[in-house]
Amino acid sequence: MTKPLSAPLEVGFDYTRSLGPTLSRFMTGLRQRRVTGVRGSDGRVHVPPVEYDPVTAEPLTEHVDVASTGVVRSWSWAAEPLEGQPLSTPFAWALIQLDGADTSLLHAVDAGSAEQMRTGARVRARWAAERVGAITDIECFEISDEPGDPSVPGDEVTMITTPVRLHYTHSASPVESAFLRGLIEGRLLGQRCPACGKVYVPPRPACPTDGVPTTDEVELPDRGTVTTFCIVNVPFLGQRIKPPYVAAYVLLDGADIPFQHLVLGCAADEVRMGMRVEAVWKPREEWGPTMQNIDHFRPSGEPDASFDTYSQHL
Amino acid sequence: MPNSAPEIAIVGFAQTPCVRSTTGTTNGVEMLVPIFHEVLGGLGLSKTDIGFWCSGSSDYLAGRAFSFVSAVDAIGAFPPIVESHVEMDAAWALYEAYVKLLTGEAETALVYGFGKSSAGQLRRVLAMQLDPYLVTPLWPDSIGLAGIQARMGIESGLWSERAMAEVAARSRADAMSNPLAQFSGAVDVESLLAEPYLADPLRRHDCAPITDGAATIVLAAGDRARELCSRPAWITGFEHRVDSPSLGGRDLTTSASAVAAGKAAGADRIDVAELHAPFTHQELLLRQALGLGDEVKVNPSGGALCGNPMFAAGLARIGEAARRVLSGEAERVLGHATSGPLLQQNLVCVMEGRD
Repeated sequence: MTKPLSAPLEVGFDYTRSLGPTLSRFMTGLRQRRVTGVRGSDGRVHVPPVEYDPVTAEPLTEHVDVASTGVVRSWSWAAEPLEGQPLSTPFAWALIQLDGADTSLLHAVDAGSAEQMRTGARVRARWAAERVGAITDIECFEISDEPGDPSVPGDEVTMITTPVRLHYTHSASPVESAFLRGLIEGRLLGQRCPACGKVYVPPRPACPTDGVPTTDEVELPDRGTVTTFCIVNVPFLGQRIKPPYVAAYVLLDGADIPFQHLVLGCAADEVRMGMRVEAVWKPREEWGPTMQNIDHFRPSGEPDASFDTYSQHL
Repeated sequence: MPNSAPEIAIVGFAQTPCVRSTTGTTNGVEMLVPIFHEVLGGLGLSKTDIGFWCSGSSDYLAGRAFSFVSAVDAIGAFPPIVESHVEMDAAWALYEAYVKLLTGEAETALVYGFGKSSAGQLRRVLAMQLDPYLVTPLWPDSIGLAGIQARMGIESGLWSERAMAEVAARSRADAMSNPLAQFSGAVDVESLLAEPYLADPLRRHDCAPITDGAATIVLAAGDRARELCSRPAWITGFEHRVDSPSLGGRDLTTSASAVAAGKAAGADRIDVAELHAPFTHQELLLRQALGLGDEVKVNPSGGALCGNPMFAAGLARIGEAARRVLSGEAERVLGHATSGPLLQQNLVCVMEGRD
């Protein structure tokens, strides 16, 4: 069997969150080169701060400044740093108990080599030159007996934005791959369920009604019926066509499931359920393994299909 | 509604081979169809006999939204089914199904978990389960964090690099009898210890592999379980607990939540335990936390160290433990699952056979 198609899939989003009183105080402190923890009901100082007491679940409000120097409580060695981590050269991940705190903070230690690293080592924060109110305002820690840097003024921080960038290889299923490869040649290849006989296009790995893999490839024509539609009047980010325009469900002749596509070539208010449409393909030299080879559907001029022909496909 | 809560048992279990990567989609359909067929066929059931369906998976692992909805294609959800999902290891979906059966609203349930870890970079994807304010922005990787925990135990004298290597060697030897394992074979501890560090103090053998796979379990209540199976694995205790997400705020050399879950579930007189320990030191930690003595056979399947399909491996541990009862090999077994970083959440399911 030919190998299924796959392609890189980049997922990225910048999460923006409000901080609440406890974390706002902590992040504001970081911007000012200051580390602020919170005192628990048992008198222990939590750094990083917790919003609620881990024992009594009471909200905690007594903020306590601690030092930006401390002691390594445990560590591991990151020989090959990954994207987004605090350092791009080998470093130690460490739990660091800052002077004045009773719990430990996770951060990186720029120790040079694993041989320089040990539990119990004294470390101090290396502050970023540009600070925004984030845990990354501490670039990393360094092994040192020296006192921490003095704090500086800085504005209050109430929000945090965390960029997330993840990289995947997205795989199409074998039947989806056959469908996409068919599109390169201008063919529409569906799959028939061996149990119920329904034809799916685009095909699915298993029949959603019977839960069995589809087995028979079925070539379908590039014309069909509008089963339902909507008129898009609202502009949105990334929109390629000026509203109003029609997004419709098109049921290809011989298929049992409609797919969404554009219906152009007539006024939006002329589109109706049962309207017969045909595919308008892009120029052949632009074809690839994508449904975008079909630019849109347009009215074919045939008489409307009767409701009975698509009533089971709505 | 019954007057008293019904007794509930695991009556069937199936899983895919554990492999480094599949060519399938991230919605798991290709992995799930064969194991549904296997587990239902083995019980003489069809999909319409199942009263409740519940799954565990993660969109972050799949890199796409609502991947678990596409997975429902593998069921063939017509006529409409009663279905639910947890964004956790499917062991927690099993718990939800167990509660559903306890209410009497269903007599049978099929639970499944799937994960295609090979689609992304697992060590980074797992940073998404950390504290999003204070920890995720540093992108700590799962192995780096586990190394911190391992060193704490080593330096406290609770375990050693040698004891960790012994866990790896025993797991791989045991996996030789598990045809679905990703790794197996005879390895000696000295040669494992001669390997370089992956994330000092962890070596490659201390870390579970990256695995694509899926698993499924069928639960049944009372007489329905007795009809379906000659020796059901009756659930006598099923509990889960969670620890603080603050990594530096809890004692990482033990697991308060595992201790509590084990105690509540009645983790005593166990013959066989399957522990969801993605790192060698975590098996040692869990043995201690659950009070499992030397007489308890631990991870005869090879455990997560020989195949760790994310979001299915915990369910598979419970299935592997249940299998020892179903086959008559064991009387009383324990399946454990974990979720979150450094054993933050722990679930214990105790099962027994009745002759």
